[in-house]
Amino acid sequence: MKQTTRLAAAVAAFALALTGCGTSSGDDEDDGGATGTEAQGGFTAPDVPMADQVGDYEDSLSVLAWPGYAEDGSTDKSVDWVTPFEEETGCQVDVKYFGTSDEAVNLMKSGQYDVVSASGDASLRLIAGGDVAPVNTDLIPNYADVWPFLKDRDWNSVGGQMYGVPHGYGANLLMYNTDVVTPAPTSWSAVFDDASSYSGKVTAYDSPIYIADAALYLMETQPDLGIENPYSLDEEQLAAAVDLLKKQRENVGEYWSDYLKEIQSFKTGDSVVGTTWQVIANLAKDEKAPVEAILPEEGATGWSDTWMVQASTESPNCAYGWMNHIISPEANAAVAEWFGEAPANEKACDLTSKGFCETYHAGDEAYAEQIQYWTTPIEECLDGRTDVSCTTYQDWTQAWTEIKG
Amino acid sequence: MTSQPLPGGGAASPRWGLLHRRPRLRLGLLLGPPMLWLGVLYLGSLAALFITSLWTVDAFGGNIERVWNLDNYRDLFTIDVYRTITIRTLLIAVTVTVIDALLAFPIALYMAKVASPRLQRALVIAVLTPLWASYLVKAYAWRGMFASGGPLDDLGLSPGYGLTATVVTLSYLWLPYMILPMYAGLERLPDSLIEASADLGATTRTTMRRVVLPVLLPAAVAGSIFTFSLTLGDYIAVEIVGGANQMLGNVVYDSFLTGNNLPFAAAVATIPVVTMLVYLGAVRRTGALDSL
Repeated sequence: MKQTTRLAAAVAAFALALTGCGTSSGDDEDDGGATGTEAQGGFTAPDVPMADQVGDYEDSLSVLAWPGYAEDGSTDKSVDWVTPFEEETGCQVDVKYFGTSDEAVNLMKSGQYDVVSASGDASLRLIAGGDVAPVNTDLIPNYADVWPFLKDRDWNSVGGQMYGVPHGYGANLLMYNTDVVTPAPTSWSAVFDDASSYSGKVTAYDSPIYIADAALYLMETQPDLGIENPYSLDEEQLAAAVDLLKKQRENVGEYWSDYLKEIQSFKTGDSVVGTTWQVIANLAKDEKAPVEAILPEEGATGWSDTWMVQASTESPNCAYGWMNHIISPEANAAVAEWFGEAPANEKACDLTSKGFCETYHAGDEAYAEQIQYWTTPIEECLDGRTDVSCTTYQDWTQAWTEIKG
Repeated sequence: MTSQPLPGGGAASPRWGLLHRRPRLRLGLLLGPPMLWLGVLYLGSLAALFITSLWTVDAFGGNIERVWNLDNYRDLFTIDVYRTITIRTLLIAVTVTVIDALLAFPIALYMAKVASPRLQRALVIAVLTPLWASYLVKAYAWRGMFASGGPLDDLGLSPGYGLTATVVTLSYLWLPYMILPMYAGLERLPDSLIEASADLGATTRTTMRRVVLPVLLPAAVAGSIFTFSLTLGDYIAVEIVGGANQMLGNVVYDSFLTGNNLPFAAAVATIPVVTMLVYLGAVRRTGALDSL
């Protein structure tokens, strides 16, 4: 008996020693990457070198993408823009799909993927972590045809330096069951102040970034709070958004992050009103669910996706080739139609089916400006305030747990 | 055929002889791999978990800052929501365990003492069969059961998605883990003991209390360790049928995946570990573990 105890103690000590070693060596690495992120309290990206030319293509490229962004014909034979790229460049493409921005950040940190289609709430985290490299847009011919209002934005550039190529964008819409929700809603109040009419049947996106939807609503309904940008909330503003969401929580039947789950709930009637994406509304209608999706009068949050390059990639040339290919008119049009979003390339609209770009308001700058694109909340206020510090995504994550209770 | 010597048979004996002469070496080879597994991988990872929980992440949630502090535990104790979630999770675990014990007892008793050997085998297979199906398939099946317009709703019995649905689903999922130990325990109870008890004039109730229950208790405790700990760590069932509710597992999952906050996730994960240690300690005091 005594011997076993001693053995166990030895083993535990050994384990401690092991983790201890990991600690000290990890510290050194971290210092290099983290010091650049907060110079004099301002946001400065870590120093990662940028490509200055595109050379010969390597053999392979590992792509990390939202589902539907890198189809190679295996889902649907007619949906394939990966094979033409492989034939043209000889880069063998390996695709991995992710379900949430957070998962994308985690996977990118592993360093195993060369390019990623990052939404605005992931991109800044990737830039700050030194996981992605700045992108030399001069090396990407198709970049010239991207709508100008997508370039040099908060979520894809730092100090005028682009960190990727814009891919497409869309709004988080308000979806409702046309049989149950009458009259048809025109405002987000349907899921906030008036949510009690559909108690237990309200749904919301299960991510801390959904706090911005509440902030956006507060911008209209409680102007005294002085919210300028829903991703830049000081403590008081965050508390107001949290209060609103806690009230909403009483009426929420369930939260969704899996789009198939949302389609099913709307089909069975377990959810009748809540936030959604255009592609989900389309799929739900295909399955004969009585739903409609609108852009409410307050505007909406949304996503604007950017293809970014891994800082330590071993296939930089294939990565640049991919970024040029994926925003080419042909590929960009194909992705936009398959996924259900506005393409980033102006010329893509000539190739999409009739009326498609109108439905998604592609290129309509006024419509696009109504959308508050997902952006990572950081300590430094994005709306330019310097007298207060804003709440970070970590604060939002904790607040989100509290809201759900 | 039989007359041929085994190839290499002669050469092998000195090696086996070595093991025979050196019992310590033999013991080392025998116990080494499992001890390594238990010590390094299992206890080591627990130690790593605990160490991680004493660190924090930077504001971007990207990189772990290896500075020793107790911030995570302070948050855990001072922010109300974590207490609420811990209590909710414990209550779910206790309810699931009690429901499973109540359901499993008659089934196990029938299987062990009443059913014919043939039926007994069939029942064991029937109890085991659900374990072969994927967890997700079963959880989603229950999602269908509880849906509006689903089978339970048609009968007017569906509680809708929520804690009740979660408890029902988890009780269903872990029931075999309660039935099997109870069945094994009751099977070891000789029929003659029950007959003797009846012969000596004990009522059915007294027999249950004085003869069956003492055998059943350790088995039930063994089963409860499964149902209790499995429920403590579960986060998928509540995600699928639990509506907007969350359990400890969801907090761990969200902290890690959403916030990329591994240290806080580790701090939350120590709650079920500590709970199970306390529970095992309490069980050990009752002596139930010795009679397993």
